[in-house]
Amino acid sequence: MQIISYLVYLVSSVLFIFGIKKLSSPKTARQGNALASIGMLLAIIVTLFDQHVLTYQYIIIGLVVGGLIGTLMATKVQMTGMPQMVGVLNGFGGGASTLVALSEYYRIINTGGLFTVDTLITIVLSILIGSVTFTGSFIAFGKLQGFVTGKVVKYPGQNAINVLLILAIIAGGVMIVMYPLNTDFLLAIVGISLVLGVLVVLPIGGADMPVAVSLLNSYSGIAASATGFVLSNNMLIIAGALVGASGIILTLIMCRGMNRSLMNVLLGGWEDAGATTGTGGSEVKGQVKSVDPEEAAMIFDSAQNVVIVPGYGMAVAQAQHAVRDLTNALEAKNINVRFAIHPVAGRMPGHMNVLLAEAQVSYDKLFALEDINDDFNNVDVAFIVGANDVVNPAARHDQSSPIYGMPILNVDYAKTVIMNKRSMNVGYAGISNELFFYPNTLMYFGDAKDAITKLVNEIKEL
Amino acid sequence: MELDLLMQIYVFVLAVFVGFELITKVPPTLHTPLMSGSNAISGITIVGAILSAGLEEFTISTILGLSAIIFATINVVGGFMVTDRMLKMFKKK
Repeated sequence: MQIISYLVYLVSSVLFIFGIKKLSSPKTARQGNALASIGMLLAIIVTLFDQHVLTYQYIIIGLVVGGLIGTLMATKVQMTGMPQMVGVLNGFGGGASTLVALSEYYRIINTGGLFTVDTLITIVLSILIGSVTFTGSFIAFGKLQGFVTGKVVKYPGQNAINVLLILAIIAGGVMIVMYPLNTDFLLAIVGISLVLGVLVVLPIGGADMPVAVSLLNSYSGIAASATGFVLSNNMLIIAGALVGASGIILTLIMCRGMNRSLMNVLLGGWEDAGATTGTGGSEVKGQVKSVDPEEAAMIFDSAQNVVIVPGYGMAVAQAQHAVRDLTNALEAKNINVRFAIHPVAGRMPGHMNVLLAEAQVSYDKLFALEDINDDFNNVDVAFIVGANDVVNPAARHDQSSPIYGMPILNVDYAKTVIMNKRSMNVGYAGISNELFFYPNTLMYFGDAKDAITKLVNEIKEL
Repeated sequence: MELDLLMQIYVFVLAVFVGFELITKVPPTLHTPLMSGSNAISGITIVGAILSAGLEEFTISTILGLSAIIFATINVVGGFMVTDRMLKMFKKK
């Protein structure tokens, strides 16, 4: 029987790998997700028949309660709330790892208390990573939802405190290896790890959340792997490693998208830069030109090539459907419309793509930075909706700017730039955007949804 | 160090490499579904949770196991369902 379960676990592992492989194209992605979920179902079923599983009532309660909550969350969440959703799911994954490791610890104590050093170390690691993921994810959720301040939080001795906590966990680990039956040490490790999770995510600023959420995603995978080590189960190790690798890659892509190191993001970097340079980079002044919907519509009407650049502001204003209407209105006039999406636009990797997919914008119109940036010279109108720092040309030439060196979308090379914004406020990096003052830039003020709806009506009337 | 643990480390390291190879081929447009979908996969801890909650005697392990099942099931069911909801929307006209 044991051999059958191990073989089924192998099948599940292969299904997870195929599932992720099929995510390499939007055409096969849905099928890939289905394959992975079949792998999960097989693993669950074969585990239910495991010889160690003797009572079922708690298992059934757990599956029903968890299943209902999961279904409810998955069907109710809005697409704009997807970063929060992923944040919460990471947290539950991490929490589960901690609980399984704790449960295994107590099981061994209740059955004689014979621990090997390997088991103890893996239990401590599983608890540490799982707990940090758990509380860290809920702080990230709070920041995304606005319950917890989205600002960079700094306090004196921040790093010293974190180092002390990690040292305390290591000391606890040593103690538990020496005195395996003393539960106080293990519970202390749980407590300190939970606190550590809060403290490592708290300093990270709101717009750096794509990095934090990706990193926590990676942790949730590594936590699952650690649980696999505790239970000597290769399937858990493989599945966890895949997720861990995925999260790390996304984290690095996000950091590269901002030209910052992971440490800089984790320690709450940018606000510091803004504070020390005062105005942050060279002061830009000049004439700002604004347009009304009618003028803007005429400019669009005479264009052939339009590129729309969405940012977090589009998500906040829920303007993705209005943007879709704009796309349709322009295409009805035989104007070519494409979207340029910066890697860190929004609050998680791929955030903008999901919102535009929700609004039924065809995915082949969405272009990544490296695929469209050389083409802005041929663009008649670059229309920016709720993005700011990612189109600031200062990143290319102004060495004193905190965002210097960050890859940006070269919208200023387009013949005309129309920038929709609520006000002249600065972006996340806390610096003003010289693009506002460029001779080819027109500011189109207003809430994204209202402003674009008005624009669409004007275009249709032309 | 036991040989078992060493073999597990082998499996872990090789799986990380497979992961890197697979994930670098996922296009940026699918990064959000990738996160939620891989997240659901990390709910595989549910297997450990079932083993914990199904022990013959009712002990503190059972309570911890039950909580773990609830957490992991939310992770698995929520993750796969929301990923499917998103992927359904990705269409080419």
